[in-house]
Amino acid sequence: MDTLRSGGGRREAGPGQGEPGPAARSAEVAARDSYGRLLALLAASTSDLTAAEDALADAFERALRTWPSQGVPGNPGGWLLTVARNRLRDEWKSARAQRAVPLDAAPDTLAHIDEIDVDSVPDRRLELMLVCAHPAIGRAVRTPLMLNTVLGFTAAQVGRAFLVPPSTMATRLVRAKKRIKAAGVPFRIPDRADLPARMASVLEAVYGAYVIDWASGPQARPLPSQALHLAEVLATLVPGDPEARGLAALIELSAARTPARADAGGRFVPLADQDPSLWDPHLISRAREHLRAAHARGQLGRFQLEAAIQAVHCARGQDGTTDWPALLSLHRILHAVAPSLGSGVALAAVTAEVDGPAAGLATLDAVAAEAGEHARRFQPASATRAHLLDRLGRKEEAVAAYESAISLTHDTAERHYLEHRRDLASRQPRPLSAQPSMLFEKPPSPAPAPSSASPPNGNHFC
Amino acid sequence: MRYVLLMHYREPGEGEISEEAIAEAKEAFGAYGRALESAGVLLSADVLQPSSATTAVTCREGGLRVQDGPFAETKEALAGIFVLELPGLDAAIGWAEKCPGAQWGVIEVRPVATSIVDGAWTR
Repeated sequence: MDTLRSGGGRREAGPGQGEPGPAARSAEVAARDSYGRLLALLAASTSDLTAAEDALADAFERALRTWPSQGVPGNPGGWLLTVARNRLRDEWKSARAQRAVPLDAAPDTLAHIDEIDVDSVPDRRLELMLVCAHPAIGRAVRTPLMLNTVLGFTAAQVGRAFLVPPSTMATRLVRAKKRIKAAGVPFRIPDRADLPARMASVLEAVYGAYVIDWASGPQARPLPSQALHLAEVLATLVPGDPEARGLAALIELSAARTPARADAGGRFVPLADQDPSLWDPHLISRAREHLRAAHARGQLGRFQLEAAIQAVHCARGQDGTTDWPALLSLHRILHAVAPSLGSGVALAAVTAEVDGPAAGLATLDAVAAEAGEHARRFQPASATRAHLLDRLGRKEEAVAAYESAISLTHDTAERHYLEHRRDLASRQPRPLSAQPSMLFEKPPSPAPAPSSASPPNGNHFC
Repeated sequence: MRYVLLMHYREPGEGEISEEAIAEAKEAFGAYGRALESAGVLLSADVLQPSSATTAVTCREGGLRVQDGPFAETKEALAGIFVLELPGLDAAIGWAEKCPGAQWGVIEVRPVATSIVDGAWTR
């Protein structure tokens, strides 16, 4: 049965299991890059990802068996590609029967193996990403599919990231791959007319890895390095696409702050209280390069704007201050270019920093009125409202809003923070001094599919 | 306000779910239970035996009738019950969304009309 076959019991073709240390990361990145390249090439002609995965897994197995004794070939990628291709060909020609027969370790087809350079063959990973984000594939499975095929993460690993039981995730992946094969979703770059919309889906799916919300269990979860890698791959594949660059920058800037997000006791540290010396300068400078390249194209877009907002926050590491007016302009443009409940709530929070809490509250009211019922279940809206009422000295209303935010909060650390604020509000008769909002280190994402996706919440408070 | 989350899903056949998948589900429910507990909203949580273990009892037609099996045969069966104390429907929907059973079944959110508290019906 497919569920079980693709569950934890399935042969794992992906490189590297578990979380690598910083030193191992570059090796893992390289391994994942070649995995995605090989898989894309193997699946491109048939759209059969499952067969390609099996063939590639066989090739990896065989490498493990033969390389230790015969030495690593001069061109390991080419070796793996040839072995996997032969395996696919065997599979087409006959026979399940052949599967049971052990492979001969030294067939003559490998004679010219060292002449094949995996870097000289076309990189089909963009086509693979377009397939994963194809309109025929359900939105919810696009991101998991990319992580699984482009980066070679196993169903179990992807399931962990989404906090979905691994076998459930495996079933979804198997179904999506069957659909790709059965429907004949082609591995090709769409026509110029279709490309922008299709690229937008690809960007959305990569972004999906960045805003993963916990689905079935509250656990402390670091920003997935999976998202970082996926965005960097995409930026490499389409260096001329300013939004792909912007998305990579956005995720890099957010990832750069990971070390500062929790204190020694594991407690949540709001952006305003984070120690900038803990931010990763290497990631920040890589992000700035992407942003420079993107801006040079002169085509503004949502991800560039979100990244620019992050860059302004990160500038505090250099001059110690936060340029709130600049942030306000960026949030205004963002809310105009890509309006969503999340971008609106973020705009309200930043408006409050520049024009005062009353102006912020007015913005929030307008945004919430427009969003209707959905806004009542949107935790960031309640938390922001509580914070603004608190600053206005409207303590009773603030306490009620804190209560509402608390009831919508599933993350323990975040709830403790809100409870603490509520308790202060119910005690203090005077308004809190103005302080930079802890809300919205990054703007909550517009949920791509309101019907199926959960509203982003705690993920955006760090 | 008291809400009940009723978890419904298709009952798997014998051996259809691997030990591993069962362990994963247990882990997910463990985390969910801890989250409810830590939020201070949990009154009770019960996951039920399969519907084949059900006994239905009625006196509707005069005398006692005891019947093997559930009241209604449906494709998806009641599988578990969470009773929560929450401020309103929005919070209830939020917790239903996080319930592991929502990943493979449907969670019905029902407000409680009345309960026995300290020995008496609340209204």
